[in-house]
Amino acid sequence: MAPRLTIAVQSADFDPGVEINRLHQTDSSIGAVATFVGLVRAHPDEDGAVTEMVLEHYPGMTEKALAKIVDEACARWPLAAVTVIHRVGPLRLGERIVFVGCASSHRAAAFAACEFLIDYLKTRAPFWKKETTASGESRWVAARASDSERAARWR
Amino acid sequence: MAITVKYFARLREALRTNEESLALSPTWPTIGALRQALAARGEPWGALLGADIQCARNGELASDDTPLTDGDEIAFFPPVTGG
Repeated sequence: MAPRLTIAVQSADFDPGVEINRLHQTDSSIGAVATFVGLVRAHPDEDGAVTEMVLEHYPGMTEKALAKIVDEACARWPLAAVTVIHRVGPLRLGERIVFVGCASSHRAAAFAACEFLIDYLKTRAPFWKKETTASGESRWVAARASDSERAARWR
Repeated sequence: MAITVKYFARLREALRTNEESLALSPTWPTIGALRQALAARGEPWGALLGADIQCARNGELASDDTPLTDGDEIAFFPPVTGG
């Protein structure tokens, strides 16, 4: 059976509990759900504490890019359901940015696919973060080499 | 015979434009040639030549070798930072 796929790009928040239920409640063959939730964090170790951010994306490409990444995960692991939700627009400190959830019969596939999805999303889906600090300055977040390295592990 | 070119994030800000429509020209058959032609407009367009600036054709990641055809939507942008 083809996996059930849910992909959403939205400004509204999501409820992780509701999303987990949706992933497995209609399919009793599922034995594991692994999830990742990304949050707006302060990282006070860097220059100026972040208070909020704006997430820009490329409408039209974003959905396509996410669908491609999800398809690749489904080709690699036996998944029953996948949900990817990414928020756009202004987000405040502590708010949820992204949800990735993978449902499978067993945990190994769910864990691996979930990590693969967020690693690929971070390097291939057209989203850009612009942070605002407590002093009111704003700056574009720079891409991290560590993110590219994590994504490269899956090749 | 036209293409749409879009710019995102810090590149959009540097160029002070998010989108333009261009008549397709035989002088730039590929995305790389288009990039060079746009950069030749002078500052701030040189920003397009940044080594980290990526491109897409019709919503899919592309490269400088990717050919251009009528009706294409081309995008230039810095490395993505979502998730």
